[in-house]
Parts: sequence; C-alpha cells; structure tokens
Amino acid sequence: MVLIYIDHADQDIKNASLEALSYGATIAKQLGTEAAALVLGNIATPLADLGKAGASKVYHLNSAELNHFDARQYATLVADAAQKLNAIVVVFAHNINGRAIAPAVAVKLKAGIVTGASSLPETSNGFMVTKTVFSGKAFASIKIETPIKVISLNQNSYKISNEGMAATVENIDLTIPASNIKITNIDKIKGEIPLTEATIVVSGGRGLKGPENWGILLDLAKALGAATACSRPVSDADWRPHHEHVGQTGLQIAPNLYIAIGISGAIQHLAGVNRSKTIVVINKDPEAPFFKAADYGVVGDAFEVVPALTAAILKSKASS
Amino acid sequence: MKILVCISKTPDTTAKIAFVEGNTKFDENGVQWIINPYDEWYALVRAIELKEKDPNVIIHLVTVGTVESEPIIRKALALGGDEAFRVNSNSTDSFVVAEQIAAIAKEGAYDLILTGKETIDYNSAAIGSMLSALLDYSFVSLANHLEITGNTATVKREIEGGEETCEVNLPVIISCQKGMAEQRIPNMRGIMAARTKPLKVVEPNASNASTSINEFSLPPVKSGVKLIDADKMDQLVELLKEEAKVI
Ligand SMILES: Cc1cc2nc3c(=O)[nH]c(=O)nc-3n(C[C@H](O)[C@H](O)[C@H](O)COP(=O)(O)OP(=O)(O)OC[C@H]3O[C@@H](n4cnc5c(N)ncnc54)[C@H](O)[C@@H]3O)c2cc1C
Ligand SMILES: Nc1ncnc2c1ncn2[C@@H]1O[C@H](COP(=O)(O)O)[C@@H](O)[C@H]1O
Repeated sequence: MVLIYIDHADQDIKNASLEALSYGATIAKQLGTEAAALVLGNIATPLADLGKAGASKVYHLNSAELNHFDARQYATLVADAAQKLNAIVVVFAHNINGRAIAPAVAVKLKAGIVTGASSLPETSNGFMVTKTVFSGKAFASIKIETPIKVISLNQNSYKISNEGMAATVENIDLTIPASNIKITNIDKIKGEIPLTEATIVVSGGRGLKGPENWGILLDLAKALGAATACSRPVSDADWRPHHEHVGQTGLQIAPNLYIAIGISGAIQHLAGVNRSKTIVVINKDPEAPFFKAADYGVVGDAFEVVPALTAAILKSKASS
Repeated sequence: MKILVCISKTPDTTAKIAFVEGNTKFDENGVQWIINPYDEWYALVRAIELKEKDPNVIIHLVTVGTVESEPIIRKALALGGDEAFRVNSNSTDSFVVAEQIAAIAKEGAYDLILTGKETIDYNSAAIGSMLSALLDYSFVSLANHLEITGNTATVKREIEGGEETCEVNLPVIISCQKGMAEQRIPNMRGIMAARTKPLKVVEPNASNASTSINEFSLPPVKSGVKLIDADKMDQLVELLKEEAKVI
C-alpha cells in the first residue's frame, strides 16, 4: 500500500497534506494498490472525510501524548506504522514537519527518498521522481533504487482531489517512544495568512523606500486576500518582519499569483518565488531583471500603480 | 561541550545553472564555490558565538567532499572552529553523506550537531533528519534561535504560521536558518590561524547510494512578459481573472 502521513497543526489538516494525500492516492492507482492515511495525535476533524482526497483507509493513533511535534518520536511512529502495514511507498508533504521526519523515516525503512518532488513518479522504467533543484532554477529526475520509496511533495504541486468516497477509520496500535522535547511557548502570527499556505502573495522591495510606505501594499493584499512578503534587504533593515523574507536564503514559496512591487528581481530573490504560477511585476525601471521572469508587467511608479490596481480590484469585485 | 558543524560546498548563488554529459551532471566549469549560506551564516556563526561566551566549547567541522572542498573548509576554519574533518567522497546521495557524518559524530561524541536548513544546490533538507535516525538523537528543524544552559538547549523553531520555543536535552541535532546569527567575514588573524588548524582527511565508509540522478532539466522559459500600461489597471485585473485565472 501507499501510506500518506497527514500533518495537522491547530487541529487543522493543512492543504499541503491533502495535496500529498491525493498525490499518494494517484501513485497507489499507478501501482495497483490502496492508499491509506496516517494521523498521529488527537484531532477534531472527522477523519472519514480524508476519503474525499483519496484515502480508502485512515489509520489513527489517537493519543494526547502526541499533541506536540517531536521529530524523532514522530519519525519512529511513522516508520513503525509503515512496517506494520507493509507500505511500499510513504508520502509526506514537503512542509515544515514533513521535511523534519521524512528523511529519518527513509533511513529507518532503508528506503531511498526524494524530497521536494514536483510531479508524479514515472514507473515505466524503474521508479523516477522529478524534484526541483538549485532553488527552483532546475529540475532533476531521480531514480529510487530501493524496494521501499519515500517521497515528500512540494507544496502547491498537486491538485487536491474531491471525488473519493468516505474512508474507513481504524485505530492503529503502536508503542509511543518517550519525547525528549518540551514545548514552552507557541507564538502564532495573528490574523495573517501564513506565507507558505497563501495562494496569492503581494511582495515589496527596496523600491518602496521605507516601512512607512507599506500601507499601499497592505491595502492591495487586503483587497486580494493575499499574504505579504518582502525582499531580503527589506527584512534586513527591519522594515518588515523576518518571516516575510522570501528568496534563496528566506522562504521558498509557490503561490498561484505573486505580485512583486519595487523588487529588482535579483537571482537570489527569484530562487524563492520562481515556482509561482503567475508573476506580476510592478517596477519603474523597464530594464529591471524581474520583467524577464514575469508573466505580466507594469512599468511605472509603485506609489501610483499600486493604489490604482487596488481600486480596480475592488471595483471588479463589487461588480461581480 | 563539543559541537560538530556540518559544512557543505555549493555553487555561488549567481552561478549559471547548466548541465553536461547528456544532462546528467551539473556543469562545474567556471563555477565559484562557496560555503552553503545556511551552514556558514547561521550554523557556524552561532557555534562560534557559543564558544565566545564559553571558552570550554570545542567546535569541530565536517565536510563530505573531494579535495575541491578544501578551500571551503579552510574558510570555515578561518571564521572559527578548532579542527576539521573532510571525508573524501564525492557522493551527492543524502544517505551516503549522512552515514559518513554519523561515523564522525559517533567517534567524537558531540553534544550538539548543527546543520544548515538545506543545501542551495540539491535542496534536499535531509541530512539533519537522517542523522537523527542514524544516531538516535533528538532533532529540531528550522531553528532561528539557540541557547545552551547546562545540559539543555533552548531552541526557537519555525512552525506553520509562527514559531515555537522548546527545551531539549543534549545531545541534539539542530538545522539552522535565518535569525540564528549574523553573517561574518573572516579576519586576517583567523585566516592565518586556519592554516595551521588540523584538517583530517578520512576515507569514506562503504555505503550504498539508494538513489541516482537520471537527468537534469531546465524549467520552460516564460513566453515573455505582457506589459500593461500603468493607467490601465482594469485591463490587468481582467487578464488576471480571465486569462491567468488566478484571482
Ligand atoms: C548569498 C546571497 C543570498 C541572498 N538571498 C536573498 C534572498 O533570499 N532574498 C532576496 O530578496 N535577496 C537575497 N539576496 C540579495 C539580492 O541579491 C538583492 O540584493 C535583493 O534581492 C535586492 O532587493 P530589492 O529588489 O528589494 O532591492 P533593489 O535591488 O534595490 O531593487 C529595488 C527596485 O525597486 C525599483 N523601484 C525604485 N523605486 C520605485 C518606485 N517608486 N516604483 C516602482 N519601482 C521602484 C527599482 O527600479 C529597483 O528595481 C541575496 C544575496 C546574496 C549574495
Ligand atoms: N557533503 C556534505 N558535507 C557536510 N555536510 C553536509 C553535506 N551535505 C549537506 N550537509 C549538511 O546538511 C545540511 C542539509 O543539507 P541537505 O540535506 O543536503 O539539503 C547542509 O546545510 C549541511 O549543513
């Protein structure tokens, strides 16, 4: 069977895991086997619903001991479950927790692993998985040569299916290893859409001149229901918080729409955003390198263009 | 306290990405190699800061790489660090690399192992997690803050939509990212001192790769930007709605 690890934060199953589930279910079909989901810890969401995204079975280890993530403990449990259930492929979302445990699970299962996969495996001649490398500047097709395979799927790389039937939910009994980690504080960024979950991102660079000018960008983000991001010099200068920094040394994101305002498009910035489906660039310099990576471009002064774009969006929303 | 910092070599961030030998190998021609930024700016500098606070801290560095990695590991020694290991292997398979580092780590009985978040060439983000399975150590990923008191590490790490603080008993493996420390530049004294610091070359343990690179490819080039007049934002909204279908 294909086993898909379902990550849940705040009692909430994130899209990244549903993408991984639908992806894993398609692999199961390719291999002529079943797809099962694995959920660790207490959760309020009805798990039979995971059937919609492709699971025929959900294995649940329902224990309050697992309500805080501990990579070593979780990796042991996922590997034990995979062994118990004879999984031949184990799939994770390449999100924060998935990245922390998938490679350890691969070691425990003596399985080859591809992290950050971007498409379905090619199984006609061996088992080949394509992943992004060089921070999105290239792809590599990797052959996994072991009987058991582990894959972590890049976020926003596979469509969540909604067609499956309710799954059967079963408890799974595993020995929970002791945790060596004590969580002492959790700080959630209030009221904002997390960057890695956002489908639209509005991002600003040094062209906005100073933190006092971010209002126009925030208004645009609000009109679009978008998350906000920034270039590295902007967060280095503390104009914006560090968690907004995208690029080679910041977050790598792949939203459906990325709007870059007053960002030149340095190669290190592009490395964080080049997997976005559609890129809009607003820059007063027609020679800015970002235009080469853009789908739509506006040459103009951000202080005029951005408020006009916000107004146009609000107008279009009001009329539809 | 003994710290092991894992140092990898990557092409300079502006390197041209091209492939040779039927698209099976990265074209290293003319490439400038650097220390992977996450390893240098965050993991190594934080280790050095811990040593500056507590002179009893010993910092060892490890890189798995051929002789071409020597300038990189020397530069890391120039920044700080007491001695270095180079495991003489050209493998890019994460499991093989992790097994080599695990062998060094077992030998040295380190309290703290620091890695970068990921390498910026293969973007595997795998070594720290694999080491935790090979050594049965706790693993905290994507850390942006680290303090050590006695036998306890206090770590802040990124979580979905925020960050969490945790306490974990040593030994522990931590993968480091932005926030952990500030970039430094090696000074003359450090560069001179690095010349005489021990750099031990060890031969790799036998280990079998579980993956192989079949082929590299470049993403399709964008068909070209569609420019919209600055005073026609209605038109841009229309295109985003009807053509790109993203709003
Ligand atoms: C190892 C390394 C790693 C790096 N990692 C990252 C990373 O992760 N992320 C990152 O972003 N950078 C990174 N950088 C830095 C990167 O090279 C660039 O310096 C940075 O991205 C530039 O930021 P910027 O575009 O905001 O500023 P600038 O390059 O200064 O560009 C500002 C732009 O704003 C435009 N502009 C000015 N006024 C206006 C106006 N009124 N209206 C519209 N447009 C205007 C200008 O034409 C210009 O194109 C890294 C660099 C190195 C060496
Ligand atoms: N060849 C290597 N030698 C030493 N450390 C490495 C090597 N490759 C990766 N690492 C370490 O593991 C981290 C994650 O790398 P990766 O899992 O390859 O993305 C890097 O930031 C380094 O700290």
